[in-house]
Amino acid sequence: MTTDLSSSERLGHTARDALVPQVHEPRNPGMALDLDWVMSARANTSAIERRAATLPGRRSVKKDWQAAWLLKAVTLIDLTTLSGDDTDGRVRRLCAKARQPIRRDLLDAMGMGGITTGAVCVYHDMVETAVDALQGSGIPVAAVSTGFPAGLSPFNLRLAEIGESVNAGAQEIDIVISRRHVLTGNWQALYDEMRAFREACGEAHVKAILATGELGTLRNVARASLVCMMAGADFIKTSTGKEGVNATLPVSLVMIRALRDYYDRTGFRIGYKPAGGISKAKDALVYLTLIKDELGTRWLQPDLFRFGASSLLGDIERQLEHHVTGRYSASYRHPMA
Amino acid sequence: MTVREIFDSMDYGPAPEGAAEALAWLVDGGDRFGHFIGGAMTEPGDGFEAKNPATGEVLATLTQGRQADVDAAVAAARKAQGKWAKLPGNARARYLYALARLVQKHSRLFAVLETLDNGKPIRESRDIDVPLVARHFYYHAGMAQLIDSEMPDRAPLGVCGQIIPWNFPLLMLAWKVAPAIAMGNTVVLKPAEYTSLTALLFAQICQEAGLPKGVVNIVTGDGAVGEMIVGHDGIDKIAFTGSTDVGRIIRKATAGTGKALTLELGGKSPYIVFDDADIDSAVEGLVDAIWFNAGQVCCAGSRLIVQEGIAEQFHEKLRRRMDGLRIGDPLDKCIDVGAVVDPVQLAQIRDKVASATGEVYQPPGELPAGCYFKSTLITGLSPSDPLMQEEIFGPVLVGTTFRTPDEAVALANNTRYGLAATLWSENLNLALDIAPKLAAGVVWVNATNLFDAAAGFGGVRESGFGREGGWEGLLAYTRPKTGAKALAKIEAVAAPEAGNASGLDRTAKMYVGGKQARPDGGYSRAIWSKGGDLLGHAGIANRKDIRNAVEAARGASGWAKTTGHLRAQILYYIAENLEARAEEFAARLASMTGMGGKAAGAEVAASVSRLFSYGAWADKFDGAVKSVPLRGLAVAVNEPVGVIGAFAADEAPLLGLVSVIGPAMAMGNRCVVVASEPYPLAATDFYQVLDTSDVPGGVVNILTGSHAELAAQMSGHMDIDAVWSFSSSDISGVIEREAAGNLKRTWVNHGRARDWVADGEGRAFLQAATEVKTVWVPYGE
Repeated sequence: MTTDLSSSERLGHTARDALVPQVHEPRNPGMALDLDWVMSARANTSAIERRAATLPGRRSVKKDWQAAWLLKAVTLIDLTTLSGDDTDGRVRRLCAKARQPIRRDLLDAMGMGGITTGAVCVYHDMVETAVDALQGSGIPVAAVSTGFPAGLSPFNLRLAEIGESVNAGAQEIDIVISRRHVLTGNWQALYDEMRAFREACGEAHVKAILATGELGTLRNVARASLVCMMAGADFIKTSTGKEGVNATLPVSLVMIRALRDYYDRTGFRIGYKPAGGISKAKDALVYLTLIKDELGTRWLQPDLFRFGASSLLGDIERQLEHHVTGRYSASYRHPMA
Repeated sequence: MTVREIFDSMDYGPAPEGAAEALAWLVDGGDRFGHFIGGAMTEPGDGFEAKNPATGEVLATLTQGRQADVDAAVAAARKAQGKWAKLPGNARARYLYALARLVQKHSRLFAVLETLDNGKPIRESRDIDVPLVARHFYYHAGMAQLIDSEMPDRAPLGVCGQIIPWNFPLLMLAWKVAPAIAMGNTVVLKPAEYTSLTALLFAQICQEAGLPKGVVNIVTGDGAVGEMIVGHDGIDKIAFTGSTDVGRIIRKATAGTGKALTLELGGKSPYIVFDDADIDSAVEGLVDAIWFNAGQVCCAGSRLIVQEGIAEQFHEKLRRRMDGLRIGDPLDKCIDVGAVVDPVQLAQIRDKVASATGEVYQPPGELPAGCYFKSTLITGLSPSDPLMQEEIFGPVLVGTTFRTPDEAVALANNTRYGLAATLWSENLNLALDIAPKLAAGVVWVNATNLFDAAAGFGGVRESGFGREGGWEGLLAYTRPKTGAKALAKIEAVAAPEAGNASGLDRTAKMYVGGKQARPDGGYSRAIWSKGGDLLGHAGIANRKDIRNAVEAARGASGWAKTTGHLRAQILYYIAENLEARAEEFAARLASMTGMGGKAAGAEVAASVSRLFSYGAWADKFDGAVKSVPLRGLAVAVNEPVGVIGAFAADEAPLLGLVSVIGPAMAMGNRCVVVASEPYPLAATDFYQVLDTSDVPGGVVNILTGSHAELAAQMSGHMDIDAVWSFSSSDISGVIEREAAGNLKRTWVNHGRARDWVADGEGRAFLQAATEVKTVWVPYGE
């Protein structure tokens, strides 16, 4: 069993703001593929949808609580750019935003010290730039990998891609699974692939992107979640952001319930990252209540939860200014990424 | 707490819904309210306080209704009824539509007022109660629109007295008022004394909608006002939702008065979890089953029945889920469980839980001050524990385990109640096999507490009778248009001074369990023709004969599982065999009753035709798929009532007999029929026809004897599910009164005659022979 510290821990946590709690979560070593468990996974779609649909009406955070929760959400964002037209300049701008995501005067007004986003997430070619731009910030760089988003490039190249990104300084690798293994029920192949990705990551943490929008059923989502955790995933993540349907509350419910079962059985906490389509502060709050109610408050820390989002931060900034001033805000009042 | 502290703790904070508008509405009303009678509020009188159970604060002073108030309300309703009923359906539909729109327009005011008065979380009043209220008025606006074309043979009942409980004050008002006024009735409604405020706000929107004066009348007060309504001569129908004990009192009080009655009573509804269920979803379902409205729900899934192999894991997950439930200020938007309605109710819950055996779990932590009770799980109970049988009406879940599907059904049905049932399984075969076997008016598959105006809601057994919602719900507020004449007692032909007893003695026996049976008492009565001939002897049945017949009927449970096609074939076969002996039966009828040969032949022919009709109906009285706002099916299934006891018509010895046997058999019931009292020999001849027609033993049992003497025994029997009477003896009252024991359904003639040829078959009989069970099956992959 490999017990390790989280990536942010290794990367000179002292440099980061003391507001980010010190976390010591043993790393998931994985386990042998337990097909009985995988095949016993159930997911009743309508019941799950009902739970997801009523959740926003059951939980509400207001005033100072809302502000604090939104600030927390900011620290959980993997600030992301995954565009064909990314350049060094664009990525450096994004990294600058990651270091100072909320205007200083707003933080002061709320009595908060500095906060950063959870990570910056880029393609491989941008890793070096991002690592350089984030030097000394303690903010990890995440690289999407393994032939992202489709994951259909040659297997050896996918493994090599992970190694290149790790060598370039990425501390987190967001891999994509081969959807065909799920769709054909080839759980052994999925397990082996994930195992290989995990090995290739070495010390870097690995987030398994399930591309849930392409898995057909929630039951498949539950099974794929379990297999990836058994194969050593540190995080399970919904989507690349490129599928027709990305993160949804029902899918999240299925994945975090799988994750809870995994913790109950093995004692290892796995992280969760919904990605794609979460662009409103209100949505972020609903996700946080979902995590808090289903998994507990421990999961509301960057080592166990991230939002994969690019436009969410902007809406949170506006909401926070509204909280501070009592006046509705405008986007141009906040520095762009 | 500072933002920074919250950032670290990630706790929830207060998120209160504002109450200012609702409190202002109370102030505008002077904090004192009278009744709503004849379209206006009366002057406030002496009364009682409406309190907020969460804080104990007095919200308003309400008026205790007196007899004069009830009289005035009934008079206003009576005065309004004729004109209201004569309006075209479209005119009534427009009023109901206006009410629906007004409920929506004032939705937050209704929701906040409801939560203030009742203590339920604002989420529930805002997201569930009030939207369902609006939906109910919309739906029944549509029913008012369609009544003229779709129900031309039905007429309103008249003035309806409606008594509703405190757990869903406004929603129960809507369930009662909307169908009643849609069908052309007018109402006198009594809200529960704990929770009258939203009814008074509803009175205001009746005024805003321009509803004609007197169509809706609301009298506030305690149970004494309920009694006045129940006992009022000017009321044609009572609809009651509340406890089984009070329901039983109302059943007795209205017995024999001719008032129509529907009762929606208590429950101890099973929540069954099979080992192939989505366990996390089933755990979450319990939050909506037993912690919805703090468990103060008649159909709450309050009896957890989990398959043994997963029980430990399930209970562990459930306990963890309970730890996350937030209990407190009902106006807080981040609260799962609010206040119990009143300290009296709280004390009852406390007492019941204090008596619990088994393992009691309550989440750690302190309750807020006020009328609150912790969510509670009691596991390791067996059916013999009182808490597995008694309704607690609080946030208390009791549980046991099962080994096999059959055992799950047996445990689920081991109750006097039969309102709702929930089952969880990912196996469609299993779920659809179990659903019909559960004794309940509503079954939810992989869901719980789903309601809609289009789907019938109501119970079996001691959970009451009648349905609310859907087309079936309209039966509770309409009657056939045909007016019936009085039915005089038909006496047996008296023994002649010098009778003629020639010929070979023929012994008419009774027919029990497919065998001829001598009367237990060993007494018989001679049957004479009008000409003074001794036609034979008929046994005089007593209570033990009823007992034996009911046992035989109960034993023939396989009949309910047969196909409609098979039942049709047997009914046709009976008809065939009857026709083969038509002349003999006609002669018997003529000699017993003195009717002409032609009339006797006509009765036999009508009987053969009637059997054909029910052979036809056996596979055609279809259920329905309801248009509910859900991705899924809400299927209304016409299930057999069970064992039906019937007193056959005296005046039509053969046709009256087949007119009750036919629908009972066709729908899969077993029956115990007491033959025409004065002319029993057609029935005793008829069992020979049954014997030769492949009718399984126990499906039809025929007794002879005195209707008056047997009525109480039959109606009081706890293993009979329904009693019908078409007797010319005055037994309707005693039947309705004795039926209160197990709240069996009754269908009695109240001394009115029926034209057995022209009006002796069809839907009315089929409806009486069935219970609508609504099975909800949400689906989705």
